Amino acid sequence: MVLDAKIPDGALEKKWDNHRFHLNLVNPANKRKCHVIVVGTGLAGASAAASLAELGYQITSLCYHESPRRAHSIAAQGGINAPKNYANDGDSIYRLFYDTIKGGDYRAREANVYRLAQVSGCIIDQCVAQGVPFAREYGGLLNTRSFGGAQVSRTFYARGQTGQQLLLGAYQALCRQIGAGKVRFHDRREMLDVVVIDGRARGIVARNLIDGKIEIYAGDAVILATGGYGNVFYLSTNAKLSNATAIWRAYKRGAFFANPCFTQIHPTCIPVSSEHQSKLTLMSESLRNDGRIWVPKKRGDKRNPRDIPENERDYYLERLYPSFGNLVPRDVASRRAKEMCDDGYGVGPTGLAVYLDFADAIKNNGKEWVEEKYGNLFDMYRQITGENAYEVPMRIYPAVHYTMGGLWVDYNLMSTIPGLFVLGEANFSDHGANRLGASALMQGLADGYFIIPYTIGDYLVTARLKAADTSHAAFKDAQRCVENVTQKLLSARGKETVDEFHRRLGKIMWDHVGMARNAAGLKKALEMIPTLREEFWRNVVVPGSAGDFNQEPEKAHRVADFLELGELIAYDALHREESCGGHFREEHQTEENEAKRDDENFSYVAAWEFKEVGGRPALHKEPLVFEYVKPSQRSYK
Amino acid sequence: MRITLKIWRQKDRNSEGRLVAYELSNVSPDMSFLEMLDMLNLGLARKGEDTVAFDHDCREGICGSCGLYINGRAHGPLGGVATCQLHMRSFRDGDTIVVEPWRARPFPVIKDLVVDRSTFDRIITAGGFISVRTGGAPDANTIPVPKPVAEEAFEAAACIGCGACVAACKNASAMLFVAAKVSQLALLPQGHAERKERVLKMVAQMDSEGFGYCSNTYACEAECPKQISVSYIARLNREYLRAKL
Repeated sequence: MVLDAKIPDGALEKKWDNHRFHLNLVNPANKRKCHVIVVGTGLAGASAAASLAELGYQITSLCYHESPRRAHSIAAQGGINAPKNYANDGDSIYRLFYDTIKGGDYRAREANVYRLAQVSGCIIDQCVAQGVPFAREYGGLLNTRSFGGAQVSRTFYARGQTGQQLLLGAYQALCRQIGAGKVRFHDRREMLDVVVIDGRARGIVARNLIDGKIEIYAGDAVILATGGYGNVFYLSTNAKLSNATAIWRAYKRGAFFANPCFTQIHPTCIPVSSEHQSKLTLMSESLRNDGRIWVPKKRGDKRNPRDIPENERDYYLERLYPSFGNLVPRDVASRRAKEMCDDGYGVGPTGLAVYLDFADAIKNNGKEWVEEKYGNLFDMYRQITGENAYEVPMRIYPAVHYTMGGLWVDYNLMSTIPGLFVLGEANFSDHGANRLGASALMQGLADGYFIIPYTIGDYLVTARLKAADTSHAAFKDAQRCVENVTQKLLSARGKETVDEFHRRLGKIMWDHVGMARNAAGLKKALEMIPTLREEFWRNVVVPGSAGDFNQEPEKAHRVADFLELGELIAYDALHREESCGGHFREEHQTEENEAKRDDENFSYVAAWEFKEVGGRPALHKEPLVFEYVKPSQRSYK
Repeated sequence: MRITLKIWRQKDRNSEGRLVAYELSNVSPDMSFLEMLDMLNLGLARKGEDTVAFDHDCREGICGSCGLYINGRAHGPLGGVATCQLHMRSFRDGDTIVVEPWRARPFPVIKDLVVDRSTFDRIITAGGFISVRTGGAPDANTIPVPKPVAEEAFEAAACIGCGACVAACKNASAMLFVAAKVSQLALLPQGHAERKERVLKMVAQMDSEGFGYCSNTYACEAECPKQISVSYIARLNREYLRAKL
């Protein structure tokens, strides 16, 4: 199969306009005959469902939460980028495009990224009109800040709760359509399969989490906006319920999975305190603007950090990167921290942490200044660790935060299954090998508000579909298949719980498929994961029954899928014999220990096709062409 | 730490519930409250017994999923945090902790500690929005909003919809929840066009769902994890009166 990304012809800045003009339109009278199923109600799902309903389509929206407002987009802190150039500091659509391509280490499509930069300004307009309370200046106009090392001030924000406010905006737009009868919303439903008829996505199978019943939903197209797969590592900054099941089941029905090994590690998280830890908490990386990162020069130094004199401390980022210092990009800061700990310099009870010290900032600017800037983060740190970071340095450690990979989509956001569209973090599109700060919210809302409403119409016109029919055998088959898997999980009656298997998988992933990878470790993971998976099906215990509210089979389905996905990530990481962005192969680094890309051999999207569980997936390559931005090596010395 | 738990167990919406005691040893003070429940569930699951159902997700105090009545207080003994932000160091070795679901008629129990809060969604659906179509918005800076107004709107918008205000109120009133959304959208100039209609519809929905009236005990403010002020309830009353006149 040849992957056709359907990139429109013409000059970069004209592609989206031209494309929109050439897309077929659905007659307004016919729109209400078209039925679209939207799975997930985060930024991408809620904005898509609301916008499509406004256009007149019939929408079914589902999420596994009790309310659309609980989706994990709500936890995003930092902000959302848009090149409005309100700060008059030289920003432009082209500059945001350029920064995103470069930040993604030249592994994203130029046309997609340019379109993202183009529509991002409209997102801010839309959200302000909805009543999103963005930060403002005294004159009443919108405030912006520079974020994540950007040289221009293009990040709009609502204190540290930007994701929450944007999601509530989209949620309220969705509620308006529910109230108008345009969206049928179903809470506590987890999608467990996609139904493909004559090669096209025609519906889904979902488990009703309240009564355990397996339900079927038919439609003319299916949109997955189901988020990322960071929880394959068990410990991550993702919410506990975030999972890959929807995209994984779609993959097993024929949707290709692109660049699964592109995972992002965030450097400033609160470290793991012990075995009981259930998730990790991120603190804004703005902390690195004023905090200094260090470890003791002596291995295993257990002294109180305040008793370690200046000359016995190693401010290693400042030493290694004199010009960027503590502000090196996320991936670099994360890797160096891990290396320090692996070499025995780590601090705290577990040795898996480095210090982030504000003593100098307090000395130079006063405690009040630090409090005003970072007070909420210091409070959060104290709540979780019980320590006062004004007096002792914070301890931080990197954690999995975002997954750039996801289901492969073309320029219209359609996967390799016709009629199955994928939005937001669930797709692989715009971030290449590394996502920039404040770009995730931008992409989720761009996909939902401003791209899918145009592109889905063209599919619905050209597909010439017959009415969806749940009596088709494919629905019954998929339903039976899901019921069987659920029953199999419940009847295993083994000795080890789902969470324990998840934790063991997470350890394999973190140790061998984590932020620094090598061939030997990846091969080891490729042996360990199938063994663990086999043990899971033999020895898992899932208490309770399938026919009522039971959170155990929910988790079991998700972990069963993670146990397959982990293997795919390892395959992808092993095959990509280069380092780029969030993917670091120890064999491929410069003399200065930086990522060494191989543009000659790996300037492509790796799209994997499912063959069989335990079997090797087939690799398809979509070449990446750079007509506007010339790939160059990053340097932060 | 050794902890005795008394947890509300209820099979489903229509069954009778009761408190069941569990003993836990080896609880670490660094565990979050929900991690302590994870530990309990791990033990139950290993024995093949039904685990205790509770809602949770982000575990960072922002998604609003978690909400437990702990020793008679919504979200436990601390102020300004959600249940997921509570750690075991707030308790003492040997403590007995009573854990119940939100108790309010508009939040029926689904199972154990899980309740149905879809009444909140229906209140928002009734009018808790600004009617703006995708694509129709003017440039963001054409609508200036004075900074103090924007800040006040933000304070109200911080609501996470957890329902602690309702659970803490002896009348199961949802006034603080409704007030927060009504105030946010009434304060901002973008929300002025629908100001009257919005408050009338949201209050009507609130009443029809069986939430009680506010009797000014301020329990809602005391237990709100985002510390949303009851002064917004006064604003709600003003908005309502203004719309009725």
